[in-house]
Amino acid sequence: MEDEQSFSDICGGRLALQRRFYSPSCLEFCLSCPRITLRSLTAVTCSVWLAAYGLFTLCENSMILSAAIFITLLGLLGYLHFVKIDHETLLIIDSLGIQMTSSYASGKESTTFIEMGQVNDVVINEAIYMQKVIYYLCILLKDPMEPHGISQVVPLFQSAKPRLDCLIEVYRSCQDILAHQKATSTSPEGGDKIISASNRRSHSGMGAYWHRQEDKSEQDHDPASRIGHCDYVQSFMHTR
Amino acid sequence: MGLVFRGAAEAGLGAASAADRPGPPDAVPNPTPTPPAEGADPGSSRGPGMVLKAFFPTCCASADSGLLVGRWVPEQSSAVVLAVVHFPFIPVQVKELLAQVQQASQVGVTVLGTWCHRRQELEESLGHFLEGLGAIFSHKPWFQLCRERGSKSWSCKATHWRGPASPAASGEDQVMLIFYDQRKVLLSQLHPPMALPDRQAGDTTASAGGLAAVFDTVARSEALFQSDRFNEGPVRLSHWQSEGMEASILVELAKWAAGPVCLFLACLLSLISAASSCRVFKLWPLSFIWSKLSTCEQLRHRLEQLTLIFSTRKAKNPAQLMRKANMLVSVLLDVALGLTLLSWLHRKDLIGQLADALIPVADHVAEELQHLLQWLMGAPAGLKMNRALDQVLGRFFLYHIHLWISYIHLMSPFIERILWHVGLSACLGLTVALSILSDIIALLTFHIYCFYVYGARLYCLKIHGLSSLWRLFRGKKWNVLRQRVDSCSYDLDQLFIGTLLFTILVFLLPTTALYYLVFTLLRLLVVAVQGLIHLLVDLINSLPLYSLGLRLCRPYRLAAGVKFRVLEHETGRPLRLLMQVSIACILPCSSKGLREPG
Repeated sequence: MEDEQSFSDICGGRLALQRRFYSPSCLEFCLSCPRITLRSLTAVTCSVWLAAYGLFTLCENSMILSAAIFITLLGLLGYLHFVKIDHETLLIIDSLGIQMTSSYASGKESTTFIEMGQVNDVVINEAIYMQKVIYYLCILLKDPMEPHGISQVVPLFQSAKPRLDCLIEVYRSCQDILAHQKATSTSPEGGDKIISASNRRSHSGMGAYWHRQEDKSEQDHDPASRIGHCDYVQSFMHTR
Repeated sequence: MGLVFRGAAEAGLGAASAADRPGPPDAVPNPTPTPPAEGADPGSSRGPGMVLKAFFPTCCASADSGLLVGRWVPEQSSAVVLAVVHFPFIPVQVKELLAQVQQASQVGVTVLGTWCHRRQELEESLGHFLEGLGAIFSHKPWFQLCRERGSKSWSCKATHWRGPASPAASGEDQVMLIFYDQRKVLLSQLHPPMALPDRQAGDTTASAGGLAAVFDTVARSEALFQSDRFNEGPVRLSHWQSEGMEASILVELAKWAAGPVCLFLACLLSLISAASSCRVFKLWPLSFIWSKLSTCEQLRHRLEQLTLIFSTRKAKNPAQLMRKANMLVSVLLDVALGLTLLSWLHRKDLIGQLADALIPVADHVAEELQHLLQWLMGAPAGLKMNRALDQVLGRFFLYHIHLWISYIHLMSPFIERILWHVGLSACLGLTVALSILSDIIALLTFHIYCFYVYGARLYCLKIHGLSSLWRLFRGKKWNVLRQRVDSCSYDLDQLFIGTLLFTILVFLLPTTALYYLVFTLLRLLVVAVQGLIHLLVDLINSLPLYSLGLRLCRPYRLAAGVKFRVLEHETGRPLRLLMQVSIACILPCSSKGLREPG
């Protein structure tokens, strides 16, 4: 079962969220980023060639022009292969794990798979990004030393950067599967998890988390009531 | 199929009692309780409607019908299928084989279910026969995988066998099929390091959670994959090596020969390192010289590397093995490049030409230096220098250059012989030759180093003197006890002499500074050339060529994790996933792969 919805990202670009429902325990979200436009491509090419022509008139060396063409081609290929992400996919398989795939415009795919045993939770976090405050979805990984601690935060959809409405859709479905997985978990702490899954769960640790009710009956409520208030806001540095 | 079954009954089934004629299992009375009725698995708290995972090898997807053999991991509620046993078989022999494998590999291999690869719809009798098999090889849960020949539709059922007394209580669970390539999983070495030899049979690794348990199972079941279809054994298996075991004669020969060769080389290397660490070489002048020469450094480094490579201890984990392999490949490349250089030098008789050209080059360098000093002694760049100091410094350095030239001319008859021996050292590797080149450059430009040291010392003295007298000029003093500047009252004559000296030093500053600048720049030039050579040496030493080669030729050996792909899915059919090994990419902006716990 497949359905597609249209959202926008933090800069206002169009995003398309495709949701594929394979089974109650397997779900896939595919978020397509805005494509590279002809206008931006033309603008970059023209500016590079104007600069090269300016240099050529100064130096009278025709190698500059061929070098400019070479640079433009290589730069475009490099951009398509290493920088421009076409779509990002999130595949959640109950009792196996969560897989994130980024597909680049040249067809290259880079995949990260996190086992379910290491996933503590999936939450929506708030961050300051340049002059904006944005929301992002992230996976919290368990700390092997401390049973209830968080060792790492893995942000999702970093290139697409969708807005909150899109994130809530993904978040709800992830929580359904995670709750189902915790309820039917066969690990020795399965007993505790079943009990705690139906109670209120709160998180401490790094950053600001959303305090939410894990009560199944509240799932259809207005999303605003499910989002609590942050204690503090952490700054989110893009390393790209 | 019925024939086989009756034959099985006649052969004696031992403790496991079963129906001795095909028919619905509930119609046959079972006098003795079947083994799995020992109760629910203590570790699992499974409820109805849970999804079980079945890891199925891709090579068995086209195999004929038979029994599924593998291991059941209750914590992950997943079944790892290792091989398929084909009809006809005798259950007792299958059980014997499994017991043998279990003993040899410490993996709890059992019969997990049935596999059916058929052309059309399931016949009644076949269905009952397959269910009857469940009574012989009782396992909970019992998997029944089925595939239509030539199509992609699969069906699987997993039933809890609660005993023939209450068949209605057997619940069915949903099964998720995960295909995996046995060969890739084995060769990518994603499993945790080898377990201790005194583990109990069937013991699950406590630390290997999740998928690591699956990889561990596959990796430790080597004993099951030893028999291929050309074996005349009683049981016919299907797995990734059933077409014939993969091995390479060269690799086997190399492994066989590696033992004695390593032993011999290790003894030789230990003798050499013992000889080099004897007390004679640790006396002061020699140890100082050894520490300064980069050739000795490089030779020591190579000796350490060779000792590590040829040590008779096996590598403990894949990372160490990779490091050893990288070192070996870099040593071999080094020696190959060195021999190429040697042959090139000898072919064109470059050594003789080099030796002939060395003296004129040294003379030329000395002449250039003299010109430089003459220029400094005049009015360099239009600056007006202090005539007297200029002449003193200039003559001092000119005398040094004269000494140096005489020294070089003294050495000239021996240059060719020395160079020839140096060229021979290229047999030990290109890095050694490059280190010797760097040392020769250092020796030939020793006078520049001396000039730099003189100029730097003079400049340093001047600066210290200036700063101290400047403090005196302002009426301050450096307090050594408190490490700070304090005020101080000087006598009149101290102030007078101090001010005089300060003026003298200030006016002599440009001359000294200029000499210092010129010789520092010359020294920087020499250091830059030596630095480039050392960079090249480090590059050859530390480039992981083996890993690069693996990345190009056998990328699955550098696996960093797994990735899953959902195959075509129809409603009503089980979910099918393909598990592939994902490769660690060299570039930083790519996949990070599986994160192992801890």
